[in-house]
Amino acid sequence: MSEKFRLDKGGLINRNKKISFKFNNKKYYGYEGDTLASALIANGVHLVGRSFKYHRPRGFFGAGVDEPYAIVQMNRNNEVDPNVRATEQELFEGLEAKSVNCWPNVNFDIGAINNFLGKFFPAGFYYKTFMWPKSFWYKVYEPIIRKAAGFGAASIKHDKEKYEHKYEYCDLLITGSGPSGLASAYAAAQNGAKVILAEDKSRFGGSLLTSEVTIGNQSGREWAEKIMSELKSMPNVVVKNRSQVFGYYDHNMLVMSERISDHLPKTEKYSPKQRLWYIRAKEVIISSGSIERPLVFGNNDTPGVMLSSAAKEYLKIYGALVGKKPLVFTNNDSGYETAIEFKKNGIDPVVLDTRKDPNSEIIKEAKDLNINIKFSYVVVAAKGYKKVNSADIANISEDKKNISNIENIKCDCICVSGFWTPTIHLASQSGNKTKFNEEIDAFVPSQSKQKETTLGSANGIFTLEETLKTSFEKGAELSKQITNKENNISVPAVIEKKSSNHDKFWCVPLPEGKNYKRFLDFQNDVSVSDIQLALREGYRSIEHVKRYTTLGMATDQGRTSNLNGLQLVSDIENKVVPQVGHTTFRPPYSPISIGAIVGREIGKHSKPTRKSPMHYWHEKNNAVFVDAGVWLRPRYYKQGNENLFEASKREAKNVRQNVGVCDVTTLGKIDIKGPDAAEFLNRVYTNAWLKLPIGKARYGVMLREDGIVMDDGTTTRISENHYHMTTTTAQAANVLSHLEYYLQLVWPELNVNVVSSTEQWAGAAIAGPKSRDVLQKLFPDLDVSNEGLPFMGYIEDNLFGVNAKIFRISFSGELAYEVNVESDNGNFMWEKIMDIGKDFNIQPYGTEALSTLRIEMGHVAGSELDGRTIPYDNSLEGLVSKKKDFIGKRSLSKTAFVATDRQKVVGVVPLDKKTSIPEGSYIVKDPNVKLPIPKLGHVSASCWSVEYDNPFSLAIIKDGKNMIGQKLFAMSPLKNKTIPVEIVSSHYVDPQGERVRS
Amino acid sequence: MLHIKCPHCGLRSQNEFSYGGDATVKRPELNKEVSDQDWDNFVYLRKSPRGKHLELWQHISGCRQWIKVERDTLTHEIFKTLKANEKV
Ligand SMILES: [Zn+2]
Repeated sequence: MSEKFRLDKGGLINRNKKISFKFNNKKYYGYEGDTLASALIANGVHLVGRSFKYHRPRGFFGAGVDEPYAIVQMNRNNEVDPNVRATEQELFEGLEAKSVNCWPNVNFDIGAINNFLGKFFPAGFYYKTFMWPKSFWYKVYEPIIRKAAGFGAASIKHDKEKYEHKYEYCDLLITGSGPSGLASAYAAAQNGAKVILAEDKSRFGGSLLTSEVTIGNQSGREWAEKIMSELKSMPNVVVKNRSQVFGYYDHNMLVMSERISDHLPKTEKYSPKQRLWYIRAKEVIISSGSIERPLVFGNNDTPGVMLSSAAKEYLKIYGALVGKKPLVFTNNDSGYETAIEFKKNGIDPVVLDTRKDPNSEIIKEAKDLNINIKFSYVVVAAKGYKKVNSADIANISEDKKNISNIENIKCDCICVSGFWTPTIHLASQSGNKTKFNEEIDAFVPSQSKQKETTLGSANGIFTLEETLKTSFEKGAELSKQITNKENNISVPAVIEKKSSNHDKFWCVPLPEGKNYKRFLDFQNDVSVSDIQLALREGYRSIEHVKRYTTLGMATDQGRTSNLNGLQLVSDIENKVVPQVGHTTFRPPYSPISIGAIVGREIGKHSKPTRKSPMHYWHEKNNAVFVDAGVWLRPRYYKQGNENLFEASKREAKNVRQNVGVCDVTTLGKIDIKGPDAAEFLNRVYTNAWLKLPIGKARYGVMLREDGIVMDDGTTTRISENHYHMTTTTAQAANVLSHLEYYLQLVWPELNVNVVSSTEQWAGAAIAGPKSRDVLQKLFPDLDVSNEGLPFMGYIEDNLFGVNAKIFRISFSGELAYEVNVESDNGNFMWEKIMDIGKDFNIQPYGTEALSTLRIEMGHVAGSELDGRTIPYDNSLEGLVSKKKDFIGKRSLSKTAFVATDRQKVVGVVPLDKKTSIPEGSYIVKDPNVKLPIPKLGHVSASCWSVEYDNPFSLAIIKDGKNMIGQKLFAMSPLKNKTIPVEIVSSHYVDPQGERVRS
Repeated sequence: MLHIKCPHCGLRSQNEFSYGGDATVKRPELNKEVSDQDWDNFVYLRKSPRGKHLELWQHISGCRQWIKVERDTLTHEIFKTLKANEKV
């Protein structure tokens, strides 16, 4: 198919490189340098989608980030990308894109029937229609809305692309490379400031690329190219195209999304698709320009109706004609630039100017070119369904209230210009209280809140001369404050056409008896009548009107709709716009992909993975790993075809019968030193610590100030003023912060230092009746007898040339030792243990067997110390000192904590001795009473007791101490199980604790 | 993201710190009688002021010191930062 709407010459596209692409499965051609939009326009394609609510045909309205309609679904290198603006997507060989919001296809869309069902989608229809009946929500309404809503469909596949984050610091961040951005960047760079210049589009230069101006002795575009090449050569300047600064956050932190590969057929090797920049800037210059405002008239959403600036951009940058019989509808001089551009390329436009007799250089130029201009004229309504084919136009009275002499004229596009709206999103996000500028009918930034300065048309300055002057000055001034350098730059002379005033007109009245839809928000299908209805229904606050009608809530953030919406509200309310105020601008300015937000923190990179020094031994020996906080721990060691249950049972049984070894490196370890260390521990733990002898370990429980158990573990006195504390794997970091808090803030007079030593030590727990035999062979010279190394004893010795710390402590409830060596020697230690242990049938055991062993012993752990329990609940009240004060003690006398029927940990055994009780089950008295069944407590941990060969669980239940022997029920609605159980002591095995002391 | 000046390390991004709440709360002394009311106030009751707030932060990914930060809860403006033992 030939490009019927491509000019023979002109534009910035590379005509030597033809590119083929597919849109809705049809093949077209364009050129390198095209966007998908410009290439489709060159091919005469204007029907690109269906609207959100009414499914009306949609074409192109803008030429960049302002585009509300042309949102497509991209298929690139076998990945789909929804919500892509065709006006921003650069063309590449083989590009494939599809329309969205259409079913079954863009030419025949069943949803368009909404358009004829008049009242089906009025303002607030979601709130009105889907309120009742409640039961309809999930089955009827939601699926309908889901199908109808959204711009494209996200892939359910894993995204193979890579995204990166980058942190950067600079003196000046400049957002936009139009005249104000270039001038301020240049001036700042000359003063030696570190500058980042960000441009959203692929080409630098902004409005200079399309405007007819002279700077110095060059055209605007040539001047922009010269400045850019200088900036690019300077080492203190970073220039980035395809980079959108979309968010202005606290303390001058801005975030920019750089689209590195979206314009390529596929992402290059070792390159990310997109990169998110977190930029901390000393000063920010907002040079984001302005966006043309639409004029509101009947059927103003018909494909072929577009911004006149966009039509000009398609002509001047892409050599593409949006139509061959254009109508230009304007209330200011900008429309004439587009008309003249058409005329220069041999196309005869008709200009409708709402003004009566404006006078300016450019109007004179248009007249001299014999362009057909009609003053005091408006477009009443566009005609045509899938593309404009004519327009009803009319005279408008001077007071703009009446139209007369309606006639129909043929046209194939309507280019509208309703003056300019400064892009103030970033300034507003930074906290700038914007003000309304009557002269331009728009909001502009006023008092800066952070270090931000808005320049050029973003600041409501529409002449190039003033823009360049103020931008050079500001760039120099702000950079001088930072670098203390001053390089004088003379501002070049500017030749530009002077404009006449614009007409404060924005909405064409409806002709008698006509009920055209006049759209304000093109992306969310909000029309004038929707706003009128919302106001009739009593909505007053602009924020409420916005939410009720969805005006400005779409992905385009109301870039083209906002001000006209405000004008309408203020007209109806008889207020002026600043009284109505504008809604809040929130980041992101334009949609960014979730992938870019996530960056590399995905999959196993979402958190660090910590491995013990013995990790590779575990791997080689068929360990199946489990996440324990950020650590990977062996869950069980698989032998043959064993499953988790069989393997953990075998491992636990071997500990009870012979000896097992468990990697306990992950336990938190804190080194505590100082003359006041004992006193400090005495305040931190609930039990007494002042008299712990050197070479002894003690079990301790620490509370939060609210009396809840924070953590438990053993602490060993290594020497006079030196202690070694262990914490649970999960709480290690919190406990360290907790200790630092009290030492630095509450009791700074205590002379104590704490430091994490978790990574410094590798640990192995050797547990089981034969553990002493193993220990003896590991340390042949050591007296390992019950007298030489008693329960809770500590000793240091030499393990085949390696220093080792030996603790006689036990989590499994068996005779057990923990050996620690420096991390680098961890694997050496482990292999020695396995080698020596062979004679005693040693087997490694994982966390699953470890749990089994501790549960049937009734040792509480994380599932009981769950942030909701006090010492009593865990049967740890024996460790609570009555004599001394400690953190959280005062809370333990709270009424609820001393209640006689206070919850307590108990053991639970199923009556049939067969059915395992799901963790999280409720314990209830009677499962057959009316819902909700009163619950007594919950099952915190379950295992298969290897001692008794039946299921056993721990539960924390109300009045636990008086429940032993009761027959109750464990209910798991989740697993749909009700299991008759008997409550027993939590110490199911060896209740006297004889084994650990044996 | 806030930019917090650690009095020990200098200006650092918020993600190096963890928040620690009101810095003016004083823990009742050990081994002293404390009324239920006073204890509850200490454990649970916190003001949630709009405006200036003296609060604790810990530089967990830096020097691990607890510091005091005077911050506006509405605007996030940071007026000053202090070492743990310094007074406003
Ligand atoms: Zn620090």
